[in-house]
Amino acid sequence: MKINSLDKLKKIRNEYQKNVCLRVNSTDSENSDIRIEILIGMATCGISAGAKDTFNAFQEELAKQGVNDAKVVSVGCIGYCHSEPTVQVNIRGREPVLYGNVKKEEVQEIVQKHIKGGNPIEALTLAINFERA
Amino acid sequence: MVEISNNKKLLRIALRNCGLLNPEDIFEYIALGGYESLGKAITQMTQDQVIDEIKKSGLRGRGGGGFPTGLKWELTKKQKSQEKFIICNADEGDPGAFMDRSILEGDPHSVLEAMAIGGYAIGARKGLIYIRAEYPLAIARLSTALQQAGENGLLGENIFGTDFSFDIYLKYGAGAFVCGEETALINSCEGKRGEPNYKPPYPVEEGYWGYPTCVNNVETFANIAPIITKGAQWFASLGTEKCKGTKVFALVGKIKNVGVIEVPMGTTLREIIYDIGGGIPGGRKFKAVQTGGPSGGVIGEANLDTPMDYDSLISIGSMMGSGGMIIMDETDNMVKIAKFYLEFTMDESCGRCTPCRIGTKRLYEILNKITSRKGTMADLDALKQLAYMVKDGSLCGLGQTAPNPVISTMKYFWDEYLAFIKDVDHPRGEGRYTAKNKIGIRS
Amino acid sequence: MAGTPEEHADKKNIGIKINHLDLTVPEGITILEAAHKAGVKIPTLCHLDLHDIKMVNKTASCRVCMVELVDSKNNRNKIVPACVTKVSEGMEILTSSLRAITTRRMSVELLLSNHPNECFTCPKNRECELQALAAELGIREIRWEGERMDYPKDLSSGAIVKDSNKCIYCRRCETMCNEVQTCGILSGIGRGFDAHVGPAFNIPMVESSCTYCGQCVQVCPTAALTEVNHTDKVWEALNDPDKHVIVQTAPAIRVTIGEMFNMEPGTIVTGKLVTALKRMGFNTVFDTDFGADLTIMEEAAELIYRLNNNKTLPMLTSCCPAWVKFIEHQFPELLDIPSTCKSPHIMFGTIIKTYYAEKNGIDPDNIVIVSVMPCIAKKAETKRPELTKDEHNNVDIVVTTRELGLMIKEAGLDFESLPDSEYDKPLGETTGASVIFGTTGGVIEAAIRTAYEWITGGELKKVEFEQLRGAAGLRKATVQVGDKTLRIGIASGLGNARTLLEEIRDGKAEYEAIEIMACPGGCIAGGGQPYHHGNFEIVKKRQEAIYQEDRNKKIRKSHENSEILKLYKEYIGEPFNDTAHRLLHTHYEERERI
Ligand SMILES: Cc1cc2nc3c(=O)[nH]c(=O)nc-3n(C[C@H](O)[C@H](O)[C@H](O)COP(=O)(O)O)c2cc1C
Ligand code: SF4
Ligand code: SF4
Ligand code: FES
Repeated sequence: MKINSLDKLKKIRNEYQKNVCLRVNSTDSENSDIRIEILIGMATCGISAGAKDTFNAFQEELAKQGVNDAKVVSVGCIGYCHSEPTVQVNIRGREPVLYGNVKKEEVQEIVQKHIKGGNPIEALTLAINFERA
Repeated sequence: MVEISNNKKLLRIALRNCGLLNPEDIFEYIALGGYESLGKAITQMTQDQVIDEIKKSGLRGRGGGGFPTGLKWELTKKQKSQEKFIICNADEGDPGAFMDRSILEGDPHSVLEAMAIGGYAIGARKGLIYIRAEYPLAIARLSTALQQAGENGLLGENIFGTDFSFDIYLKYGAGAFVCGEETALINSCEGKRGEPNYKPPYPVEEGYWGYPTCVNNVETFANIAPIITKGAQWFASLGTEKCKGTKVFALVGKIKNVGVIEVPMGTTLREIIYDIGGGIPGGRKFKAVQTGGPSGGVIGEANLDTPMDYDSLISIGSMMGSGGMIIMDETDNMVKIAKFYLEFTMDESCGRCTPCRIGTKRLYEILNKITSRKGTMADLDALKQLAYMVKDGSLCGLGQTAPNPVISTMKYFWDEYLAFIKDVDHPRGEGRYTAKNKIGIRS
Repeated sequence: MAGTPEEHADKKNIGIKINHLDLTVPEGITILEAAHKAGVKIPTLCHLDLHDIKMVNKTASCRVCMVELVDSKNNRNKIVPACVTKVSEGMEILTSSLRAITTRRMSVELLLSNHPNECFTCPKNRECELQALAAELGIREIRWEGERMDYPKDLSSGAIVKDSNKCIYCRRCETMCNEVQTCGILSGIGRGFDAHVGPAFNIPMVESSCTYCGQCVQVCPTAALTEVNHTDKVWEALNDPDKHVIVQTAPAIRVTIGEMFNMEPGTIVTGKLVTALKRMGFNTVFDTDFGADLTIMEEAAELIYRLNNNKTLPMLTSCCPAWVKFIEHQFPELLDIPSTCKSPHIMFGTIIKTYYAEKNGIDPDNIVIVSVMPCIAKKAETKRPELTKDEHNNVDIVVTTRELGLMIKEAGLDFESLPDSEYDKPLGETTGASVIFGTTGGVIEAAIRTAYEWITGGELKKVEFEQLRGAAGLRKATVQVGDKTLRIGIASGLGNARTLLEEIRDGKAEYEAIEIMACPGGCIAGGGQPYHHGNFEIVKKRQEAIYQEDRNKKIRKSHENSEILKLYKEYIGEPFNDTAHRLLHTHYEERERI
């Protein structure tokens, strides 16, 4: 399918908006299809720190614990090479939480306590604070 | 909880989508407004309007030189030629730099979109991305992105129903640092020996296969789409008077928060190192920071409040380079640091011109002699004189900047050089020896 | 210097300053050219401008010609290479500021710090541009000690010696080999301090497709590229009482060897050359011109045979072994078009070892034939398998003009004051036709002089074919021979040869005959000739001298050479017959392109 006009581009944008609106603003995204989104930094730095294992662990763990309204997304590097792998958890209606040093061993706890229980794990979080253009 | 930054010093333009979207899904990019700039540029703006917008934004090349991007586009557009090319320089050869890789891996479409905008502005139908073969993941993601953009008609024939057609091809580099220099890069793209040519002619006049060619850095491109959507004024309101927008840096070395950051131009080194980087680990003292990779110089405590922009850095003997920033603490020996960088440039020299081919070797040998405590004051003289000569006499930027680490460490850490010298009594040695002032010695 | 006045005629003039002197110069010239006009000399090393043959080396790599550009506005003067930087309006140039001189000198010092200190024993001693430069700049000390390049010498080809330790990486050879000769053998290899010049993957020269034309040797400023020295073999032969040592000198030697003794370029020294050779102890002194006349007999006959029998045309001359090797590597599909004639000195060698030996009762095994050639490729030619499988169809030693010059000096002869003598007889008679073999266009002109009379049966009144002469590297002409129009192509320089061959291969142009010489300008500019050091005017003077020598000859057509006619009558029979084929013709083989 060719996008041959700006209008068509905008239509597609609207169509896919709900896939990403959690990320743009998770506190106000009633129109999102997805309730929970887990973004995993999968650039060279993340992967070399074990992000692939983390990614797989999340998928397994979510299935195991019966969470079926969460989506795991591989994204690029957020820049915190000192704390790779990094994982961002966006839950509809809540501030996003960024975790650092999430090895596959940590995954079970995050799924259980945060994703299912709704309580972020303080010890693993990184405070982020930046503006995006 | 690790505190990264509590004041809003970070601002992401080039990195706006990194870590936010799935780089392998073009629809996520579109959902976040992707390709709208391209659509706007080619359906609603003339080539000159696009160039004008970029010129007004004040964007300067992020590949190191800081050349105004709009002007480069304009110069390329002005050339009379049947064919023109636009090239994305993704060679990124500085040790300790991985900003471009982050962008390519995290947001490849932003580069493709910008290349198409640039291609439209200058009148090119073909773009090349010169990427080092050591970046397999970036290559894979770029390839996926290229394929998806093609499938969706965002690259290829008659984009957005206009008569503008544009294609992008990947060219792989073997990872030579000097191939990041634009003329060397073009030689390498043509399958020739990867070595620089004398400029002029500049690539905008005679580039790829002799055609006018615009070479821009990855990060430069990553800034284009936001400028087109948000306007030149918005961009020009950020940064300093002469340097607009933001700069991505890779923080490495003796710093707590190793990583990639993006800050407005003009942020001071102190803010970057302490507020954002979290300071020096292990309670040790900061000693110096090397900006601009092997081509830059070291900056000591005294200059930590220098705002980061092209001109201020040059005035204190370093340079912006592509944005690698290596932090050193009190345990680092500056003479050895200089030697480390020089070894890198010596190994990466293409060998074409005498000062760089033989000069960097001799510089390295003198430094080696000094660090093995066999050096004399005469060696320091020779080192200094040769460093300036290599800077003056080399053909390309590699040789012209290779002595910077030596010159700047000699300037700011002279004491550490003296400490190695056998014919002075350090620390009282200072002043007891008068350098033989051979011709050409400048300080 | 580059840029003839005409080239700049339409350019506007601009004002610049050199060393505070106001000057008006044409736009677009380099600082080096502008300084030259102002009588200011800027030393250069890598720069080489042979615009006559379209070779300009612009690598700007040595950094010896550095000058200071004043930038008072930014208070930041710049150091730039004069050889490639173009002048611009208002430019202020300082050629001898402290900073310029320091950069310049240190470039030379650095080069010397990586150069073997063996001037005493170097083949380029007193011909070396680096050595001259060090003297000129007054270098008294090399302050930088350290590692030096350490590569083994490559003598594998038996023709060219590559001594990379002496390479200053000016890339002149590369420009010559790639852009002028289009052979693509020599190029930059290795990086950084290890960078030097060689065939791809640094394979030995003998394994490459090198033609041994030696043009790289002609332009190399140092002894990184020289010829293999065979003078000792000649001295040994001369001192062996059992050997009958015969020397032959190529047509182009008589107009160039004077330069080895500081005589004016273009001085004809045939008589002194013969005297010198006799005094050195050669038993017999012959002129390769005789071989050239013999070549014409065969080549003209072959051309007529091919014309009359609808055989492959065009016919290409085959006197130049570099060119022959070029076609073997680069155009193996065209191997049926060169003439099968051996090169003149090899023909002559064969006749000496057969006919002459028989006639004079000398055991051919005791004959040593020394060819004095303008050419390095001829050293390799004598090693070709088809010429070595049978002992008596070859020559034994090839030395270049330069080598012979040195031997004459070694022999203690004051060349300039030597009396004249004549080449030995028999086989000593030569013609004007054979002399002009030394220049581009000469071989084909000589062949036409003979073919004309053979085809038409009439006499050729005006032997000079002006349309075949000239200096351009690629020339086309037609010659009317009776009712036949012969279309003739002439190329000197292998790049030009490539152009012609591509035309032929692609059927874009048709010719009856083609002359090719590998060296731009022909044998007078051969790889073994005295170094012209970048001054192509010297080559032009040599060419004038060749045509002068032709005019000096009583007989100017090869088939009127009475000794040639006698040779055919007594020994060979008719040109291009079976005996001629056995003795005077050869074959070629396909070679790989590396
Ligand atoms: C030795 C050397 C290495 C360079 N390496 C790079 C590089 O890796 N990436 C890059 O974008 N520019 C590099 N440059 C700068 C380029 O030559 C060129 O200026 C740049 O790509 C232009 O893009 P910009 O105008 O967008 O900065 C290098 C320059 C030199 C002299
Ligand atoms: S400065 Fe160094 S890298 Fe640049 S051309 Fe000279 S030798 Fe090559
Ligand atoms: S071999 Fe000679 S001509 Fe070739 S680069 Fe080296 S010094 Fe120059
Ligand atoms: S002569 Fe100009 S750089 Fe070598």
